[in-house]
Amino acid sequence: MRRQIEGSRAIAETVAACRPQVVPAYPITPQTHIVEALGTMAKEGALGSCRFLTVESEFAALSAALGASATGARAYTATASQGLLYMAEVLYNVSGLGLPVVMTVANRAIGAPINIWNDQSDAMSQRDCGWVQLYAEDNQAAVGLHVLAFRLAEQLSVPVMVCVDGFVLTHAVEPIEVPDQAAVDGFLPPYQPRQQLDPDEPVTIGAMVGPEAFTEVRMLSHLAQVRAVPELAELAAEYAGATGHRVEAVSSYRTDGASTVLLTLGSVTGTARDLADELAEEGRQVGVVSLTLYRPFPLEQVRAALAGAEHVVVVERAFAPGLGGVVASDVLTALVGTPTRVSSVVAGLGGRAVTKAALRSALDDAEAGRLDDFGFLGVDLGLVDQEFLRAAGAHARAVSTHDLGLPGPRRG
Amino acid sequence: MFEVRFHGRGGQGVVTAAELLSVAAFLDGHEAQAIPSFGSERMGAPVVAFCRVADSPIRLREPVSEPDLVVVGDATLLHHVDVFAGLKPEGFVLVNSPHSLRELRLSDLEHRHDPSHLATVAATDLARLHVGRPMPNVCLLGAVAGLTGCVSIASLEAATAARFDQRVATANSAAARAGFAAVRRAGDRAVQRA
Repeated sequence: MRRQIEGSRAIAETVAACRPQVVPAYPITPQTHIVEALGTMAKEGALGSCRFLTVESEFAALSAALGASATGARAYTATASQGLLYMAEVLYNVSGLGLPVVMTVANRAIGAPINIWNDQSDAMSQRDCGWVQLYAEDNQAAVGLHVLAFRLAEQLSVPVMVCVDGFVLTHAVEPIEVPDQAAVDGFLPPYQPRQQLDPDEPVTIGAMVGPEAFTEVRMLSHLAQVRAVPELAELAAEYAGATGHRVEAVSSYRTDGASTVLLTLGSVTGTARDLADELAEEGRQVGVVSLTLYRPFPLEQVRAALAGAEHVVVVERAFAPGLGGVVASDVLTALVGTPTRVSSVVAGLGGRAVTKAALRSALDDAEAGRLDDFGFLGVDLGLVDQEFLRAAGAHARAVSTHDLGLPGPRRG
Repeated sequence: MFEVRFHGRGGQGVVTAAELLSVAAFLDGHEAQAIPSFGSERMGAPVVAFCRVADSPIRLREPVSEPDLVVVGDATLLHHVDVFAGLKPEGFVLVNSPHSLRELRLSDLEHRHDPSHLATVAATDLARLHVGRPMPNVCLLGAVAGLTGCVSIASLEAATAARFDQRVATANSAAARAGFAAVRRAGDRAVQRA
């Protein structure tokens, strides 16, 4: 049954339906509503024997999830932004130990300067930590991805991060169907750990591995992760059969015959599809390819989805200073050997809305041959210039002051 | 698609108003989306929230920049924030104030928009009367239903009942009906004058 509810509420109810056994929680905007709702459910007894732990930091939250998972419990937590960075060391330990922890990241910018709003810099900064990364295009997808995440994680012994755009999705109130308990139970059997820490039968996990085997361990975790590509496709089909809701690792919209394609991750997808419809009415063909699965990167599906495109415009909600696009680099890897051009457009940093009008201007530039390989969408160049000149001026004054040995800054 | 932008101040229930309007529209059988625009999260600071109502699934996630309806929950914002920016020519305006548009020096709105689409309602006073607190949001939503018909008053009351405990919900339902009646009466007077 669809209900008009907040995205965070829907995610919390979905996680509850997945019967987690340990939920360590630490609040950070914009993720807080999720663990608050789970905390309330735990207090009301709605989570059965689940242990809801309030801990002192994000480092502790993921460490507790790691420990719980290692003892054979289904463990879940959620975070955002600086909280995810504070978990960084533990993220690698969880994946290195092959523990199927599931975590929601309510995507938010990283400071400094402090900013509580949405972009995807947090999750992108941890794209190589060995977790599967799934990005939700809307709240219905977020719901399905959480159920799929537990099954995928436990099947592959790989942790899964479900990335949900902060505020834009977590705080949106819209019609969402949370699958009922029977449907979730039918899809997600109780967790059967392959190994577990048990005081009665002590074992050691994560012991030191030297140069003779470390590369092999890493290769094995790579192989486990890439299995998520076919596995997710199978599980998504089964989930669609059980609930009627389909998620796809890579989905294409209006790409047939489109020479220009927008490539998106997350909540900007809906806006991009609306724009593609509008442009089609004007007789302009623009396709939208959106990625739900980002790690492992579905190279073959991306290559197939973009076959026929002359110009791919990647809408980046994060970027790599000193290089440019994060996602575009991966798209280029998928397209290696093809003549397809890839441009990277950084949009919506720190909560700046990604509008149809802004995306349209990027497409106009692309079709007129004016779009650079890398650029910022809708940036206030006047402000950038002003700051640049001011900084350059201060630097020039400092240099000249130093060179001339003058006591203070020179004027003019 | 019917797009609404709410302006108010932190603590006046602006985000809740957008959410309740979306729930009422959903109960009426529409697709709906409410999105808050979180700023400083301080009491008294200007706050904006948005609601979209449509008859097909809503995929668009940008803020509402060309609203069909602007609701101003606090008239002190009128001369500080460009609350009517992007308002469609056929759009609606609802201002929380015991004064008329003329007294608020907003007469020029009547030149740009259909005068029957413009209203003020003393929602804070009505909220004090019915709810016992100067919390104008649900009363304003009643007036929105009366002015635009974008949601039914019955669904608005159902959304209110689902959101608050019974005592608060009953009081707010009364405030919503009072808001609804106030703009309807004003509309009738305008028709009689015309």
